[in-house]
Amino acid sequence: MLSQESLQQIDREVAKYPPEQKQSAVMAALRIAQVEKGWLANETIEFVANYLGMPPIAAYEVASFYNMYDLQPVGRHKITVCTNLPCALSGGVHAAEYLKEKLGIDFNETTPDGLFTLKEGECMGACGDAPVLLHNNHRMCSWMTKERIDQLLAELGGK
Amino acid sequence: MLEIEIDGKQLAVEDGSTVMDAATQAGVYIPHFCYHKKLSIAASCRMCLVQVEKAPKPLPACATPVTAGMKVWTRSEAAIKAQKGVMEFLLINHPLDCPICDQGGECQLQDIAVGYGGVTSRYQEEKRVVFNKNLGPLVSTDMTRCINCTRCVRFTTEIAGEMELGQAFRGEHAEIMPFIEKTVDSELSGNIIDLCPVGALTSKPFRFSARTWEMSRRRAVSPHDSLGANLIVQTKHDVVMRVLPYENEELNECWLSDKDRFSYEGLNSDERLTTPQIKQGGEWKAVDWQTALEFVANGLAGVARDHGGEAIGALASPHATVEELFLLQKLTRGLGSGNVDFRLRQSDFRADAARAGAPWLGMKVAEVGELNRLLVIGSFLRKDNPLLAQRVRQAARRGLHVSVVGPTADDWLLPVRQRALVAPSAMVDSLGQIVVALAAEKGAEVDALLRDRLPAQAGDEARAIAASLASGRKVAVWLSNLAVQDRRAAELQQLANEIARLCGGRAGVIGEAANSVGGYLAAALPSAGGLDARGMLEQARKAYVVLGAEPDLDFANPALTRAALGTAQLVVALSAFDAESLREVADVMLPVAPFAETSGTFVNCEGRAQSFVAVARPQGDTRPAWKVLRVLGNLLALPGFDYQDSEAVRDEALAGDIATRLDNRVGEIAPFAVVPATCERVTDVPIHFADPLVRRAPALARSRDAAAPVARASAATLAALGVEAGARVRLAQEGGRVDLAIVADDGVAAGCVRVPAAHPATAGLGAMSGAISVERI
Repeated sequence: MLSQESLQQIDREVAKYPPEQKQSAVMAALRIAQVEKGWLANETIEFVANYLGMPPIAAYEVASFYNMYDLQPVGRHKITVCTNLPCALSGGVHAAEYLKEKLGIDFNETTPDGLFTLKEGECMGACGDAPVLLHNNHRMCSWMTKERIDQLLAELGGK
Repeated sequence: MLEIEIDGKQLAVEDGSTVMDAATQAGVYIPHFCYHKKLSIAASCRMCLVQVEKAPKPLPACATPVTAGMKVWTRSEAAIKAQKGVMEFLLINHPLDCPICDQGGECQLQDIAVGYGGVTSRYQEEKRVVFNKNLGPLVSTDMTRCINCTRCVRFTTEIAGEMELGQAFRGEHAEIMPFIEKTVDSELSGNIIDLCPVGALTSKPFRFSARTWEMSRRRAVSPHDSLGANLIVQTKHDVVMRVLPYENEELNECWLSDKDRFSYEGLNSDERLTTPQIKQGGEWKAVDWQTALEFVANGLAGVARDHGGEAIGALASPHATVEELFLLQKLTRGLGSGNVDFRLRQSDFRADAARAGAPWLGMKVAEVGELNRLLVIGSFLRKDNPLLAQRVRQAARRGLHVSVVGPTADDWLLPVRQRALVAPSAMVDSLGQIVVALAAEKGAEVDALLRDRLPAQAGDEARAIAASLASGRKVAVWLSNLAVQDRRAAELQQLANEIARLCGGRAGVIGEAANSVGGYLAAALPSAGGLDARGMLEQARKAYVVLGAEPDLDFANPALTRAALGTAQLVVALSAFDAESLREVADVMLPVAPFAETSGTFVNCEGRAQSFVAVARPQGDTRPAWKVLRVLGNLLALPGFDYQDSEAVRDEALAGDIATRLDNRVGEIAPFAVVPATCERVTDVPIHFADPLVRRAPALARSRDAAAPVARASAATLAALGVEAGARVRLAQEGGRVDLAIVADDGVAAGCVRVPAAHPATAGLGAMSGAISVERI
């Protein structure tokens, strides 16, 4: 189900907790699984749950609670735009509108070429850099004016 | 102790109590949804907000610990305002569909909304819709009604032992669900219906069939397992519509197993026998009671006259009441026969001559929670006795160490510290090893009766179990159904007693059926020189009286039973159901009332006699069996059959102190020569096929526990047998053969094949223990 590297990474997370509390590593394990698989299918969640010796539904509760876990397939580049208040006051909503227009999709949609998915995100803790967006959960992009968005899309689309 | 003042009442409560506990103690009602005394605290509904002195905001009573000198107001202006506010929020998304909701009339939300809800809603926006989930054949869902109290989630996790439900997503999108495509398969699943404070989880079999206020309710006692769960049976126009738990903290607490809760459907089964019938020239004819009873009386008197009384044998179900069993044995003995038995699934009766009393649990059910070491022998605990298993599960959370000896390693959803996975024939040796190890550990002498029969040495498993038991403060050793039904049950009992003696604990027998103890007390046992259940079938009698049992499903050896009954001159069946297997062998069938339609008494595993009265009128011409037996006694002119009511029968049967008649001790037992077999049968009685009533409950028959039987063996055993997992095999025993699929299950001891009994698919087989052959087909 998961590659040897992913399992090793999960094992390293598991080792941080007492052996009888393996399930404490569920968030890390789901993250690692998502990085490898691109998204979390039910089978993936079940595999992770069994790997950690916890009920599948308990892992599903976690996976469905946090919005950075994707329970549906996403495009190669997932762009999450913050529209919480500080961002919104500094142009976050405009950034989102511009992305929608450029990509031709709404929130929670994927471009037909499977390249981009747009998501609406919650505060990323970088209000001073607003507007901010997150690329594939791991890369924070700050001060996303129209120009910088164009730059980012060109960079990602060119790959 | 802490001093607290609630609504001006002064009281002292235990340290660690919550405000809710204190309020309960003070007799003050605080509205709540998510709080439940048997579950962990969630504090998610916020309905129990109360005002606390010096606290700036209202606090949830269920999650606020009492501090010394605390002052609480539950009905103050601030408290009521907070509670009304919560109520308004809870009603925002709740549909106004009470008229079509099954919970209507017994709904906590409805009740509390009357007290705290507004007359109109200020909420104008769209309401939330949550799609329904398929939780299986027993629990129906209307998830839009859910208020996310998570009682059901906590129940499956904490009481049933396996988290089958969870709360996925969050905030407004939060919803209760099982893991995708899964159902709730716990044998305790029906309790989430009672727990649900709204109409989100309701009973599927009962759905839309009656309103709570239309039904009359009476107390009854479960006729199934040996716990004797207390029931509230609800009837409408003399038809049993629903069964709910009657809270009894000492037995079932506030729970019921699904078997207890949904078996009532069998009462209304099409297969009910409603008129007396006589077989004439191979044809069944409905007759009136007078004709049928005279036929039976003349028939039995004729057999007794021509062949002697001992040509008659009486076989009764352990699910029959004390009154029925007592009158049956009295009738049989009156006819000059000592052949009476109710232990239909047992095969070892060597202990009968050496018993000190009736085998019982050896302790009160309520004391299970105090145990800290437990050895369970030969058990399918979770399915044999779901609520006892639940108590063990709770005790295990508090530090009870459970050890198991037996041929299966089913998941009981509780931690098993030590396990000796051994074939049935090796259980005696396994227990012997534990005795040896325990005697060494304690430096004690082994009982002289056993000394010569023990193995020379103890293995690692036995030593580990012995060490666990030896370190216990409160220890119990339980023999369960598989052990009691084993060919060497008497020796197992002896050894279990010895283990308990050596570690200062108590030996007990869990008991198979509602009246497994009551049968002993009612003397439904063979007289000295009389034949036991097995003997009566091996040495075929001329006439049999069969009470409440089916030849192919309720006996230790269906092949033997059918053969013996089939050749008898007269078979009288007293049955609530018109079973095909009875039609084949019986000559007369008398319709007798199941538990809901008769008064009676069951004595549960702890020796508690619980009497009940009929909750519904007997269907058709059905009559209570105790009355039928009384009339038969009168027709046969036997003395002592002039009882006015069933209470008089009970008082005679259970005269004296029951406690003094309970004793698990057995004296000397003749040894049993084990014939080695290449492959041994391990037999479980599936929970929803165990007795004639439950196997006719359609909703239970669709549950996972009622899946068609398969044979099971470990991968190694399969390889040794040369059979592939998933293949169909022919299983053969002395007396019969059947074809079944076989699957790999490493929870079955080596050299064993697990084949369920009590199912039509396996009724062609012979004894429940002993050799079995497996062939590919």
